[in-house]
Amino acid sequence: MSKETIEQSAPNGNQAADKKKIAIGILKKYGIVFVLILMIIGISILSPRFLSPNNIFNVLTQSAIFGIMALGMTLIITSKGIDLSVGSVLALTGVVAASLGQSAMASTKYFPNLAEMPLIVPILAALLLGAFLGAINGGLIAYTGIPPFIATLGMMTIARGFALIYTGGSPISSLTPTFMRLGGRIGMIPIPVIIYLIATIITWILLNNTRFGKNIYAIGGNVKAAEVSGVNVKKNIIMIYAYGSMLAGLAAIVFAGRVGSVHPGAATGYELTAIAATTIGGTSHAGGIGTIWGAVVGALVLGVLRNGLTLLGVHAYWQQIVEGMIIIVAVIIDMRKNAKKK
Amino acid sequence: MSEQPWLLEMKDIVKNFPGVQALKGAELRVGTGEIHALMGENGAGKSTLMKCLIGIHPQTAGDIYFEGKLIENYSTAEALKMGISMIHQELNPVENRPIMENIWLGREPKNALGLVDHKKMYEMSKDVLEIIDLKEDPRTEMRHLTVAKMQMIEIAKAISYNAKLIIMDEPTSALTNREVEQLFGIMRKLKENGKSIIYISHKLDEVFAVTDRVTVLRDGAYIGTENTSDLTVDKMINMMVGRNITDMFPKVECPIGDVKLEVKNLSGEKHFKDISFNVCKGEILGVAGLVGAGRTEVIEAIFGIRNKKGGEIWIDGELANINSSEDAINHGMALLTEDRRMNGIFPMLSVLQNISISNMKKYVGNFKLINHKEMKEDCNRYIDALSVRTPSINQRIENLSGGNQQKVLVARWLLTEPEILFLDEPTRGIDVGAKAEIHKLITNLAGQGKTIVMISSELPEVMGMSDRIMVMFEGKVTGILENRKDLTQEEIMRYATGAVDGKTA
Repeated sequence: MSKETIEQSAPNGNQAADKKKIAIGILKKYGIVFVLILMIIGISILSPRFLSPNNIFNVLTQSAIFGIMALGMTLIITSKGIDLSVGSVLALTGVVAASLGQSAMASTKYFPNLAEMPLIVPILAALLLGAFLGAINGGLIAYTGIPPFIATLGMMTIARGFALIYTGGSPISSLTPTFMRLGGRIGMIPIPVIIYLIATIITWILLNNTRFGKNIYAIGGNVKAAEVSGVNVKKNIIMIYAYGSMLAGLAAIVFAGRVGSVHPGAATGYELTAIAATTIGGTSHAGGIGTIWGAVVGALVLGVLRNGLTLLGVHAYWQQIVEGMIIIVAVIIDMRKNAKKK
Repeated sequence: MSEQPWLLEMKDIVKNFPGVQALKGAELRVGTGEIHALMGENGAGKSTLMKCLIGIHPQTAGDIYFEGKLIENYSTAEALKMGISMIHQELNPVENRPIMENIWLGREPKNALGLVDHKKMYEMSKDVLEIIDLKEDPRTEMRHLTVAKMQMIEIAKAISYNAKLIIMDEPTSALTNREVEQLFGIMRKLKENGKSIIYISHKLDEVFAVTDRVTVLRDGAYIGTENTSDLTVDKMINMMVGRNITDMFPKVECPIGDVKLEVKNLSGEKHFKDISFNVCKGEILGVAGLVGAGRTEVIEAIFGIRNKKGGEIWIDGELANINSSEDAINHGMALLTEDRRMNGIFPMLSVLQNISISNMKKYVGNFKLINHKEMKEDCNRYIDALSVRTPSINQRIENLSGGNQQKVLVARWLLTEPEILFLDEPTRGIDVGAKAEIHKLITNLAGQGKTIVMISSELPEVMGMSDRIMVMFEGKVTGILENRKDLTQEEIMRYATGAVDGKTA
């Protein structure tokens, strides 16, 4: 909330001026939503194909993988951290899940003697391995005091290395039909979108309605005050990174289901897309400020942008430039919103 | 034109900050080749006056003459060029760079190509280090030096600027006795060379040992200037504290119960040693002492957020093992920290989140979800009870005034229903009205049988609120005094400056 909202509650305020201030307040708070709406309107005028249900679901499906990662990244950045390892964690958990989810007919089986596993096995393997890798990140940060940037930079390289060792450098493919179903649809709706939606709701509840969520805001807001206030900072930091990487494991499952195979070099740079989506969504790298709806809107801004520019025939190289500018502008707007009034 | 005898003359200096008048007509006159002590209690305006002098905060009114010329509208860089250098209490060296680069930072000598001339810098550094008799290689990195030597480097830097007036703000607070003697030696040498020094210190013995004259400020006003040799300890203390206690302190006598908290021989890693005291139910124990006496460190150690080296904490006659704030809270303790901004508030979070954070476990309901309704009800109840002025509980706390922020923090702790409250400077930086309200609240809490330990650097507050007063000096308890009717501020100051060290009960 901004200063305007204090003044607006003064009893003798001029009504018209008050309304204007409320409007500015809403515009500031939900500015990125308006940006998204404007983008959608603009692109659909230029390319009517954009608004077809098929294409909309395309955008959502394409956004789901980095969107899921952005949910975890929101918790991490709100706690004043960063996680550069989630792309590599996706690759490592992805190849492990794929190796456990190969069909019996596969020509090159990772575990030649392994019977076809029920879908729950690769899913649990990806989630648990993800949580474990994240807990290592969190433990390093909490107990050695090294900056999150460094700890997760190390993990980024290590997890990628393990993915290469695990696979010997080649992709793992021929997944079971049930696994592949995860990339399909239920009726009209793509399953990745459903998974994204469920992950969003769970993360939203976690951040807003649990003690863990309140502690994340406190740690990011003022870690010293959190320590004094009885927050177990170390334990919470481990949980934050574990959850973030667990979501990377979930994204790996979606990835595997959609693509049908996982390459050890998969998802390179996805961590940066997740950070970008989180940042565009208004989560502050200064800590203490972050919302799940922001992470979703941020992911959609990137998804719509990529899809829209492709529909408009903009060259992929130029798309990168536009994306970069959007990130910078979003943060400039955001800093003005959160700047302390003097 | 008559010759101007003063090197520095500050006349009738007024400095207003929003809501506070920090200086109300302060005066300071320093001659050439003089060591001049600037004295006063915490908050008397010494630092503000010096900040006006070196151009950090321009004064609201009043004139400053340096070498007989009126100087105005200058920056700290310009003050340095004029010959005014300040050695701050908190040194900020560039630790990983050598001494010589620290001395010549921002004005490195250059060679013909415009590159830094390291050889020349080395020679120039050697010359200044010689003046202060410091036998260190100028290429040594700063982090290898002791605090005392870093301070010497600051003095060397001041000399390198050709300073005529050097301000030293509590330079001895981190020094050993021998280092203090060395510092005094250098100060005397500088004086012989015609330099002037403004010396800020709380330690009376040092002021008597090294200074020529003393100027005393109190509550931002000028009290007087005397030759040091004409003063006695009592006279000086009287000048510093001589004010009346107003009815700011609604202390109500209430029955004092059994011993609640007992601390035995508590020692920290460095800031305090062998601290023992007890506090009873319904009692307010005031903790007096100068800044740096180790008071905050002691209560942080009791509260489990600072390492302990030895000693025991007993609560209700049982040995308590407290290693984190969580443990402390589970033992019924609460800590209102000294520095609201640094370790009290979560600035960008709402009043609601700021109040509820320490008591979150109470609101965890079904499926581990937070019961927001109950949380909001509690929060609103305390906002009403403490009359916190905020438009809503969703307001960011940083938009509230200091006094209201403090009330929110008090509410945070009251919500945990503590038995023992540690209040570290509970009224620092808040306006007079809110101060009286917080005093009333503290008294009421004691009346409810809570145990209260209150650190305060304001003697009137300590004397107006406490049942007993523990005085600390340099990490030790020098006295635990009954708050008798005839107890004077002068007496407390004698314990707080180490002039008396009687461990009397």
